[in-house]
Amino acid sequence: MKAFFKRFARNKGAVVGLIILAIILAAAILAPVLYPTSPWRMVTRPFLPPMSPGGFWLGTDALGRDVASGIMHGARVSLIIGLVSTLTALAIGIPIGALAGYFGGLIDDALMRFTEFFQTIPAFALAIVIVAILQPSLYSIVLAIAIVSWPPVARLVRGEVLSLRTREYVQASIVIGQSTSRIILTQVLPNTIAPITVMASIMVASAILLESALSFLGLGDPNMMTWGYMIGAGRTRLIEAWWISFFPGVAIFLTVLALNLVGEGLNDALNPRLSREGG
Amino acid sequence: MPLLRFIAGRLVKGVIVLIAIATMNFFLIRAAPGDPASVLAGEAGAADEEFLRQLREQFGLDQPIMTQLWIYLTDIITLDLGFSYRQGRPVLELIMERLPATLLLTGAAFIFSLTLGIIFGILAARRVGKWSDTAITTGALFFYATPLFWIALMSQIIFALWLGWLPNTGFRTIGAGYTGLRHALDVGMHLILPATTLGLFFTALYTRMMRASMLEIAGSDFVKTARAKGVPEGRIVRRHIARNAILPVVTLAGLQAGQIVGGAVLTETVFGWPGIGRLMFEALAQRDYQVLLGVFFVSSAMVVLFNLITDVVYRVADPRIEVGR
Repeated sequence: MKAFFKRFARNKGAVVGLIILAIILAAAILAPVLYPTSPWRMVTRPFLPPMSPGGFWLGTDALGRDVASGIMHGARVSLIIGLVSTLTALAIGIPIGALAGYFGGLIDDALMRFTEFFQTIPAFALAIVIVAILQPSLYSIVLAIAIVSWPPVARLVRGEVLSLRTREYVQASIVIGQSTSRIILTQVLPNTIAPITVMASIMVASAILLESALSFLGLGDPNMMTWGYMIGAGRTRLIEAWWISFFPGVAIFLTVLALNLVGEGLNDALNPRLSREGG
Repeated sequence: MPLLRFIAGRLVKGVIVLIAIATMNFFLIRAAPGDPASVLAGEAGAADEEFLRQLREQFGLDQPIMTQLWIYLTDIITLDLGFSYRQGRPVLELIMERLPATLLLTGAAFIFSLTLGIIFGILAARRVGKWSDTAITTGALFFYATPLFWIALMSQIIFALWLGWLPNTGFRTIGAGYTGLRHALDVGMHLILPATTLGLFFTALYTRMMRASMLEIAGSDFVKTARAKGVPEGRIVRRHIARNAILPVVTLAGLQAGQIVGGAVLTETVFGWPGIGRLMFEALAQRDYQVLLGVFFVSSAMVVLFNLITDVVYRVADPRIEVGR
């Protein structure tokens, strides 16, 4: 464990990423404390520029809503959606990949065709269609993001399982007559955790980008203040009030960047052999 | 002719994918809250009983579900993608009218990002650890982590609204009545911002892939051999490393064509580019689900076709690639 942190800390970018992530997490947790009024409420005059007196550091939007409050409350939504949709995608991708890799043959063929099919479809267009038809809500958004992001997980797990399956300890478990489900769950899958963790951190980042794009198009949950919604809402008043769209974009960028950096750090820490290649 | 058989096989596979997508669309409409007829009619049909009756008849909504699916699929196969009550025109007609603009935009963005990505990837890999590598990787990380629509909005403010260098929105200068070369130039000016902002995310992606691919190949035995026999460094990079490193990048880029089509929805929305992405956005606002599903189906068909072309080109260009996977 100590060696793990040491290797992680050697990657300076990853440490920076972790710090940014901690700040965003703190913002998400503290949002209702620092900004107890709903981010949808009009609090002062509209179109106040950033650094305005009265504590409106990031200005206000066309309806006099505090941009800073929106960003803090938006952090909650982004992080929750990113996390839950990634977990959902893992819950779809891991079993499919494990079954395909372990059993091979016809099952593998069928499952991989199915996976390929989902990789062929334009992901963002599919997400739009799903959310629009099922009506925008937290559930439909999570479902849509999970449906378009599980195929890489299935492929990764399949590849890992395929190589693990031939290892001696797995063969030994087969010989002593352990049940197949037990072998998969206790012998094979625990050894795929490292690459899955690395992939998951990048997936949370992509999920946040995807969610922001959906809410930008007006497909966000209508009850939740999201960064994408704020950018979309500020779009029509760009010339007079650039800050309404600018700051939420910076928030998205920082979050996605932090998650990517942390992902790289995890990769270095969990695959020590690969990390030294290519500087 | 193995090539012909290969193409035929891929065509069959593509058709199966499209049928599967149509089937998925069909069940998605049924999964939506409310009566399928009013879902299909969208906002517009809610008030009009006559139109709902017509829809029920057209899609056989009073018949068993499998019959309905059959009717739906035969409609799609005969290229009947439904009728937009809102616009008062067949969906296919609406899409075909907008398709060329999207093809121009996505094509330009694809070529732009692939060329730039390969060049940056080579430059970064040649100077691993030097400042130019750091600059390129940092830039790639920036564009990889920034929402595409936000970059589009910000460049719209800077280059169109503040600096006034490039046109703000649209496809051409309205009312200018340009023809010939002047018209092409005008469209080109309008194309710059949407194509670059759409392409930047993918440039970042391809740069990262190309850099990794270059580094991987640089460690191969044949590169060491070339170096040992005294081939000049520039020639090693060009002939031995880059040539081999490009192949996997182009393959992956081809497979990701679908992502560019998806991204086009965002850039077309921001820049008012009159393509199918913009059509999709308008359909969203009007709850015109037949148009929405139609655009989704056509863009999937575009991706399937594009993947097929990439496969065939590869097979011709590099016979080492195996037919099946």
